[in-house]
Amino acid sequence: MKRVYVNEKWCLGCHLCEYNCAFANSDETDMARALKDIKIHPNIQVEENNGIYFAVSCRHCDEPLCVKGCITGALTINDGVITIDKNKCIGCYTCILSCPFGAVAPSEEGVVQKCELCMKTHDGIPKCVQGCPNAAIVFEER
Amino acid sequence: MIKYVIIGNSAAAIGAVEGIRQVDKKGEITIISNESHHTYSRPLISYLLLGKTDEQRMKYRPDDFYEKNNCKTLFSKTVTNIDSKKKTVTLDDNTSISYDKLLVSTGSSPFVPPMDGLDSVKNKFSFMTLDEAKALDSALTSDSKVLIVGAGLIGLKCAEGIHAKVANITVIDLAPNILSSILDTQGSAIVQKHLESKGVVFKLGDSVQKFTEKTALLKSGGTIDFDVLVLAVGVRPNTQLVKDAGGEVNRGIVINERMETSIPDIYSAGDCTEGMDISIGQNRILALLPNAYMQGECAGKNMAGEACVFDKAIPMNAIGFFGLHIITAGTYDGEVYEDLHDGYKKLFYKDDLLKGYILIENIKKAGIYTSLIREKTPLSTIDFTLICENPGLMAFGREVREEKLGGLKR
Amino acid sequence: MAIDYFYPEYEVARNNDRCITCRVCERQCANNVHSYVEQLNKMTSNDANCVNCQRCVSLCPTKALKIVKSDNTFKLNNNWNQKTMKEVFLQAENSGVLLSSMGNPEPYPIYFDKILLNASQVTNPSIDPLREPMETRMFLGSTVHKIERDKKGNLINNLTPHLKLALPIMFSAMSYGSISYNAHESLARAAEELGTYYNTGEGGLHEDFYKYSKNTIVQVASGRFGVHKDYLNTAAAIEIKMGQGAKPGIGGHLPGTKIVGDVSRTRMAPEGCDAISPAPHHDIYSIEDLRQLVFSLKEATDYKKPIIVKIAAVHNVAAIASGIARSGADIIAIDGFRGGTGAAPTRIRDNVGIPIELALASVDARLRNEGIRDNVSLVVGGSIRSSSDVFKAIALGADSVYIGTAALLALGCHLCRSCHGGKCNWGIATQVPELVKRLNPNIGYKRLVNLLEAWNHEIMEMMGGMGINSIESLRGNRLMLRGVGLNEKELEILGIKHAGE
Repeated sequence: MKRVYVNEKWCLGCHLCEYNCAFANSDETDMARALKDIKIHPNIQVEENNGIYFAVSCRHCDEPLCVKGCITGALTINDGVITIDKNKCIGCYTCILSCPFGAVAPSEEGVVQKCELCMKTHDGIPKCVQGCPNAAIVFEER
Repeated sequence: MIKYVIIGNSAAAIGAVEGIRQVDKKGEITIISNESHHTYSRPLISYLLLGKTDEQRMKYRPDDFYEKNNCKTLFSKTVTNIDSKKKTVTLDDNTSISYDKLLVSTGSSPFVPPMDGLDSVKNKFSFMTLDEAKALDSALTSDSKVLIVGAGLIGLKCAEGIHAKVANITVIDLAPNILSSILDTQGSAIVQKHLESKGVVFKLGDSVQKFTEKTALLKSGGTIDFDVLVLAVGVRPNTQLVKDAGGEVNRGIVINERMETSIPDIYSAGDCTEGMDISIGQNRILALLPNAYMQGECAGKNMAGEACVFDKAIPMNAIGFFGLHIITAGTYDGEVYEDLHDGYKKLFYKDDLLKGYILIENIKKAGIYTSLIREKTPLSTIDFTLICENPGLMAFGREVREEKLGGLKR
Repeated sequence: MAIDYFYPEYEVARNNDRCITCRVCERQCANNVHSYVEQLNKMTSNDANCVNCQRCVSLCPTKALKIVKSDNTFKLNNNWNQKTMKEVFLQAENSGVLLSSMGNPEPYPIYFDKILLNASQVTNPSIDPLREPMETRMFLGSTVHKIERDKKGNLINNLTPHLKLALPIMFSAMSYGSISYNAHESLARAAEELGTYYNTGEGGLHEDFYKYSKNTIVQVASGRFGVHKDYLNTAAAIEIKMGQGAKPGIGGHLPGTKIVGDVSRTRMAPEGCDAISPAPHHDIYSIEDLRQLVFSLKEATDYKKPIIVKIAAVHNVAAIASGIARSGADIIAIDGFRGGTGAAPTRIRDNVGIPIELALASVDARLRNEGIRDNVSLVVGGSIRSSSDVFKAIALGADSVYIGTAALLALGCHLCRSCHGGKCNWGIATQVPELVKRLNPNIGYKRLVNLLEAWNHEIMEMMGGMGINSIESLRGNRLMLRGVGLNEKELEILGIKHAGE
């Protein structure tokens, strides 16, 4: 299965992945309209410290602790992609407790949000990958 | 073709079905439940009363789950006996069902200590099952004065669930602190304050000496008037079936890391069991939904013939009250790192290992701490100072990150 | 300095309706032009620091940015123009030699743009390169004049060593030091994939790049930096650098601050010491001296490597080339006055040398007249900007071209001409690790390959259009060229007719 992989050797810490993610998960067609004057809550987040940068998003684990631990059944695996049914989720945050990558986060609606590889919003390549200026984030089979 | 019988229909049972079906697509699975409902998530009953979910959405698996997994269901049936020699279970209608592999995932039941005058209370409820929750709900009016006995997870979730529907809520507990099983004194004070700000009244370090129909006389001397009584003192594992069959039972059904009981071909998973808590290295009851599912899945795989071990169980809780979120895990043993600036954070570490943590309010990326406990990561191999301040993968070495984020297998 | 004579040359024009304060501009600018003002939730700019490298413009996700030339003007004067006045102010302030980077940007004539190509009509069929075979392969080296046989009558292989190019374009000399590790890796990998060559410049060959050595030309220059036996023997060819188009007559000076770590090791120069390449080779004061070096290198490499001698295009380039063609060299590389550099004195770069088109035409004519054209192959560089420039150069007599600036553009360079500052925002002309990592060679090499494959396609189209199916048949084929707007003398030197003739 194709997944998002990160090579910190090439990550510039530019944070564009975060903005591309936030834009991809908005309903707008124009990035400026989508993201102007708001605080973004992207599903991919750059960690940085002392000149080291890398982006972290859901790994879509084969044995996902978040899905196994989900008390509502809102987190499920569909063709290998771990997706969240925000209608079912009640925001208990057991998945946040479980995810060893810190890749599930509270959403503004009080439930949780996570990377779904742009499956709901776009076909093909996730927007963080498309927009990475240095191919530090790639979408491939490994 | 293997005949699987599963007693119970909650997280462990569902985990077992999914575990079996990963290995064996054909075997015959029978699920026996004393409830009449499609599998639902028990912890959601408080959210049901709160209106955050409904009966359809609180289903733990989709409507076609049994069909898709080719499971036979026997609902509203109670298993009365297990005959481990004949390998059959007997139901309350005296029918018997044979099994090749049996899973006992009977969960737990509310524990009500003997209390003087309790029988005289008409409006009293437990808060464990959907039916109990619905019964409680129908007894509530906007004028109701509710007394909840027990300031643990169940009692307080109940308080949150019914808060908007009733006139007032009083919670009484023998312990001096609320949530004493998952929080330290300081942490529970924060949560208590938050609940009090929403109007919940606490009587702590106190207990009911005597009930009359609508009054509780307290040990400390006062009285509390109530219309509705909720008993949430504690739960006990449902171990009787295994005990009667001659299986080893302590407080819970004793299982090994393959979820096997002491009786051949009988497995057990979920709240009825006691298994290894790796954070303390001892057997104990870990009545938590994620553990129940993972135990069930592991049991299912083993029942279907694929060797599987689940040896990562630790206590852990993610819970919230009126928007205040709490995540805890492990045991609170050893030295303490604390940061009280952004919410409430305490990390407990000992012998180069993270043992436990408490996070209140800022719970982001808590799973990174959980994994340190589960994986027993030596703290000397990571930047512990950094990870204390800020949970993240930055604290690990580049090679670890290449594995975690780059998919490189070593 | 109490008075600031310098109004910013460029201004950041930010469309605040489109800016989402993602701060990518701020993070990507090594010159600290952009910064975020928290109280206003707005970005602000310090225009004085902007070198107009366009990094921020290219990365801005909402296209909220552009860089515009400042319209602040001194009183207009056609003699004392803005640039000239600024240079005076600058030198009055710091009394320094003005430094510049990349090629001569001044408005001198560009002869390539005054030459037009022929095409077949009616009487001679053109060729469709999509249907017919087309040959752009080129061999570089000395041609054998005589077929020799042994006593039994068998052919004796007396071929001299050659370079085989899959397409008539090579990457010109750019040293590790002047450009980054990642830029070098991009060039090396692209050369390998394309079947052509890149050139180490006078920076030595990094140990990691020996694996690309069959596509590597190594350079021996006046400082002899990085030269050792393995370096010479691993290469496909050795280039003696006598001069560079951007700074003819001038040596090189890499400041000690850049001689660190790998650069120091690769150059075989002590860390922190300035690496000074003298203006002349101190052992070469004549063609005879040059011949000695040519043959020293041949001896050192067992006569297996073609030797290139690279010179800048200067006034008497034809006579010099004639000498080189007799020195034993296999290939002459000529670098025109527009050629790039990582750093050169501005006055030298902008005023010394001659256009490559004229130099090439006169060298080719001179060697042919003297009957020694076959002694050597000719490679020209110094602002080959497109496939049509390549095409015209070959028709004027070149065997192949070197490209430098065009390759760097493919890697992201926007010709801000600030290489000498060492803070290249595109990760090319810098050794700052944080900046170097901005050029991912996995992307870089692919862009180089894309560029040259595109050019090669275009060359085939142009060849086909004039009914030529082999690049060999184009070489020196000046009948395929016509001048426009050129005077008699220029046409005479170029050896072409005027359009309409």
